[in-house]
Parts: sequence; structure tokens; C-alpha cells
Amino acid sequence: MAKFARKGKGGTPAISTASLPDIVFMLLFFFMVTTVMREVDLKISVKLPQATEIKKLEKKSLVSYIYVGAPIKAFQKVYGTEPRLQLNDELSKISDVGAYISAEREKMDERDIPFMTTSIKADMEVKMGIITEIKQELKKASALKINYSTRKGL
Amino acid sequence: MARPVQEINAGSMADIAFLLLIFFLVTTTMDVDSGITRKLSAIPPENQPKPPDVKERNVYIVLINQHNQLAVEGELMAVNKLCDGVKEFINNPNDDPNLSEKKDEAVDVPFLGMMELSKGVVSLQNDKGTSYHKYIEIQNELVRAFNELRDELSMRKFGMLYKDLDDPKQKAVKKVYPMTISEAEPRNVGGKK
Repeated sequence: MAKFARKGKGGTPAISTASLPDIVFMLLFFFMVTTVMREVDLKISVKLPQATEIKKLEKKSLVSYIYVGAPIKAFQKVYGTEPRLQLNDELSKISDVGAYISAEREKMDERDIPFMTTSIKADMEVKMGIITEIKQELKKASALKINYSTRKGL
Repeated sequence: MARPVQEINAGSMADIAFLLLIFFLVTTTMDVDSGITRKLSAIPPENQPKPPDVKERNVYIVLINQHNQLAVEGELMAVNKLCDGVKEFINNPNDDPNLSEKKDEAVDVPFLGMMELSKGVVSLQNDKGTSYHKYIEIQNELVRAFNELRDELSMRKFGMLYKDLDDPKQKAVKKVYPMTISEAEPRNVGGKK
């Protein structure tokens, strides 16, 4: 009994917060390392459709992206509201897809070229006409592995 | 003379670190890219002999028109029935003459023994005016049908789901149910849009 009584007398000692910065830094480094900064500024709005049977894209370096959607408000004056496609940072024409694919291929390691995947990130309201044309261009460029980017759910 | 250097108060270090931490928390996008993976058919080289035609009973024609309506083998169908339709077409358990044929001879598949493989092909055709989300929905259903077929087979033979099988077994199951979804060349059925 006496043992316990003695403890209570001194009041609880303050917890040392000296290691708090260390903990926070640890978290900070974790997030810094895992963060992927957005590479492209989207000039079009893309709301992905939903699907359940999805596969993850394994290696980011093997993937090139094609964005399809209507231009965002700030660009609607210049480009109108018709769906456009965006390659890297620019709004492009469908005929540019071939050049884009070969440029992406150039950047890649030679061994990786057969595994190259093209991810189509298209807005759910887009009509299939433009998608089909893109697919035809990809066929011509013989970039045959494609991925329709979707969100999980439904 | 030289005064001892005063210790810098490190108390606010945590605040600074927190600030940075919160910045990274907010800007991080953790989502991995995912989607439905498809392989496009290569453009056949010119003056190549035409591949032999596939018999009509072996083709499961899926059409989506510009009003996002789904037609299967010439009849309207609800999207939620498509998956079962495809599965029945490929499996054809009752040897219905309208559904897919089996290949002429059984194939010896590793791990599974002699299997009768289906000749069935799903042909997906869409219109220019079809909206993308409907198209993805249909693609999703088709992929789901094949995934379920594979799952059912591997459940029956190995007591495991397809994705839990090891590589050679997955290959064997894949051989029995290859994802035979072909996309027809686009047509403009619904007029200009």
C-alpha cells in the first residue's frame, strides 16, 4: 500500500516531448518518399467511369497516358466544349497520337518496349467515336496493350 | 569575452515538421492506376489471305447503339443478364445448337487433363455515339464473365480462386478459357453525332 501512496504524491511528471519532432519527421519522410507529384497539368476534365474487374498497372515507367475529355472552364473559350485529347501537357489532335507513342517509345529501355502499355483516361461522358479513333491510331502505331483507366466500384 | 552560445530552442521544430507533413499529406495521391486491360488486334498486313470465317453459332454478337442500348444476338438485353449470357454461351452445357461449338478434339491441358475447349468468340461492336461509360460497363461485364468462368473451373479443380493459383496453373486455366473478346471495326450505325 505504501508503495502506491508514495507515487501519487509527486503528481504525474510531464511527458517528454523531445522525441516528438523525430516521430513527425519519420512520418514526413514516409510521405515524401511515397508521394508522386502530379506530372501533368490537366487542361481537360476527366471523371473516370467505374468498373469492378480491374487490374493494377504495375510499372509506372512503362505506361504512357492519353487523356480524353472536355476542356476545363478556363480553356473553353479557346478550345470549345467538344471533347479533346491531351498528351503530356498539350491539347492535341488525334493524328498526334502516333508521334507521341513513338516519342514515348524512344524514351524507354529497349527491353521494356514490348511491355509498353497505353492508359486511356477518358471522361465517362465522352462518346465512343473519339475513343475508337484513338484506338485506330494506336493500332497503326502498334501500341497494342491498352488499359481503360477506371475507378473501383459500381 | 566570448559568451557561450545560447542553445536554440527546438520546441517549435515539431510545428515546422508538422506543417511539412500536412503539406505532403494533402498533396499525396495514394491511388494506384488501375483499369481494364485489353489487347488490341494488330492491323493485318495487306495482301494477306483472309482468315477463315468463324461460324455464326460461335460468335456472340454484342452491340451497343448510340442510345446506349444493348443488343445481344439481335435482341435487346439488360446489362445484368449479359454476364450469365456469355457464360452460358461459352460453356454451352446442354449442347444447344445456337450456342458455341466445342473444338473438334479435346486438348490435353496440364494439371486439368483432357478438356473440351469452346470455339466461342465474343464480338463487341459499338456505335460512334455510344457513351464511354456504357462501353466500359459492357467491357466490365464481359471481363467479369470470363473471370467467373475461370474462377469456377479453378474452384472445381483446385479448390481455390483463379487469382490464388500459382503461375503454371493459372496458365492452364487461361488456356481453357482464353479471353476471346474481339472488337469489330467501328461502324457508324446511328448517323453523324
